[in-house]
Amino acid sequence: MAVKDYLREKFFPHIWCPGCGHGITLNGLLRAIESTGLKKNDIVMVSGIGCSSRIVGYLDFHTLHTIHGRALAFAIGVKMSRPDLTLLVPMGDGDALSIGGNHFIHACRRNIDMTAIVMNNKVYGMTGGQYSPLSGYGTMATTAPYSNIDQEFDVVSMATAAGATFVARATAYHVNQLADVLQEAIQHKGFSVVEVMTPCPTYFGRKNKEGSAVDMIEKLKTITTPIGSKAKQENASLIERGIFVKKEMPEYCTEYQKLVERAMKGS
Amino acid sequence: MASRLTFVQGNEACVRAALYAGLDFFAGYPITPSTEIAELMSVHLPRKGGKFMQMEDEIASICAIIGASLTGQKVMTATSGPGFSLMQEGLGYAIMAEIPCVIVDVQRGGPSTGLPTKVSQGDVNQARWGVHGDHAIIALTASNHQDVFAMTVDAFNFSETYRTPVILLFDEVVGHMRERLEIPKSGEIPLVERLKTSVREGVDYHPYLPREDGRLPMSDFGGVHRYNVTGLFHDMWGFPSENPREVHDLLRHLVDKIDSHVDEVTRYKEYYVDDAEMLLISYGASARSALHVVTDRRQHGERIGLLELQTLWPFPSALVREKTKNARYVVVVEMNMGQVLQSVKLAVGNPERIFLANRVDGVLITPADIRNILRLIQGKGV
Repeated sequence: MAVKDYLREKFFPHIWCPGCGHGITLNGLLRAIESTGLKKNDIVMVSGIGCSSRIVGYLDFHTLHTIHGRALAFAIGVKMSRPDLTLLVPMGDGDALSIGGNHFIHACRRNIDMTAIVMNNKVYGMTGGQYSPLSGYGTMATTAPYSNIDQEFDVVSMATAAGATFVARATAYHVNQLADVLQEAIQHKGFSVVEVMTPCPTYFGRKNKEGSAVDMIEKLKTITTPIGSKAKQENASLIERGIFVKKEMPEYCTEYQKLVERAMKGS
Repeated sequence: MASRLTFVQGNEACVRAALYAGLDFFAGYPITPSTEIAELMSVHLPRKGGKFMQMEDEIASICAIIGASLTGQKVMTATSGPGFSLMQEGLGYAIMAEIPCVIVDVQRGGPSTGLPTKVSQGDVNQARWGVHGDHAIIALTASNHQDVFAMTVDAFNFSETYRTPVILLFDEVVGHMRERLEIPKSGEIPLVERLKTSVREGVDYHPYLPREDGRLPMSDFGGVHRYNVTGLFHDMWGFPSENPREVHDLLRHLVDKIDSHVDEVTRYKEYYVDDAEMLLISYGASARSALHVVTDRRQHGERIGLLELQTLWPFPSALVREKTKNARYVVVVEMNMGQVLQSVKLAVGNPERIFLANRVDGVLITPADIRNILRLIQGKGV
């Protein structure tokens, strides 16, 4: 199926700025979905609030655009009722990890079968460039005019610690790897987290003097490296990309079905 | 649940009624004095193939039930004041996206952590206006377990009929008190099932195009029609819209679909109202004490009556105006600083004849408390 067959073209043009990485992420996601062979009717996309969350409106799946930070909680309700459906939950860094941080760690812990995609552009774009929990120490933002003193955390480490059974990182530069990783995440039976590093030239780039959209995409190439590469041993500041965790654990909906059987036997 | 005659807490009456109404999915978070509802759901729901989830907080609880409801399930959550505060944004989403759900608030003393184990009726106005933005809401209450059962079934029925959240505003006394409950026979109380679209697969489908009567025949989410659901103002496809005409029409639809059906959703009881010179208006646990006063004073020949409200929102203004028209004194009996009193004053002429008999110290208002206040109102002294 052509990528455009997954789109609701009547709702275009989209809201994203020129140079934004979200369109590339969307492209990677659709190619991943195509590779899985899933039908449009099999897929539910649930999002929260922010630039990235608007992704759902443009796609011809069952789409649920919810409230800020709570996409995973809504998605859990859908999945529990319809375990046969494939749940994809695109979120921004602020949406997933600031206001939605608690839901995020508990979704990881439960290991419910869905894919959380954290589109990390290190900024609150929709509200105009405030610092996010992933902006990092020393960055500039409209709410950090004297340089940010908040420390960031690492999505991959946190998802791993919280118990996600598939954890990966990809970027908007490495588009083939992005599609491959997302495909594997979607096909994994359990809670999958994929961090996608994606540039926001309009706010993060401008405030932090990172140059043009092209410069920012290029930077994703230079600051990252495949997991376990020799380059990482020589330069510890490089950010690794690839699949960090992939393991089998009891999946929540499957376990719930067993619970129902136990309850029915006992009653 | 072999016997239909039971001796249970109000919270359990609510659980039994929800199961009777066809509840499929419950998500909640422990909080006094509503916790028994979650505990009993965890026992009974899986036995009938339903699902119970204990979520990480009340916000996740309401969001999860909304997600489940969209797929066609009957859903509920239960909480108390602090949790109800946390649920307000999700509640607004369910209003905007027109998703049926039932939210139980077993009221305790507030504000803040307040009095976790003590009674209050302080959330009446939060139920009405806790959600930001203009909207309409249905909120029901009850004073005894048979009525808790009936109102809970009504809550599901209204929720399905109008595709809206419905709030059950119980209180700690009714929630924790034990008394007799007779479970109605299957089919004895009619159940409303969700209106489904007749639009076939492959035909352009407009999930948010209401019928002329305001009802919305939606396709279950995840079914044959793919559509968008959002908390933003939206067009008939469910796609975000800022078109002033569409915004105006949607807001009017959300308000009118409930406010134009006040009569259908109004539930009340009346005792000796017709010739009452002194008319008490009460609801929930307070109404038990008020009824005690009324039956007692009637035996002494006093012309006193009680209007017990079971639907608090939309406020039944026309009913209250009609029932109070011959009363010399109207006394609102409630356990807050006068939340229903405000609505009664707005509804009734001659507000100078309206008085408040209340108690706000975490203790159930007693018949003696009410009698003392009535004597003051009548100029008899205490």
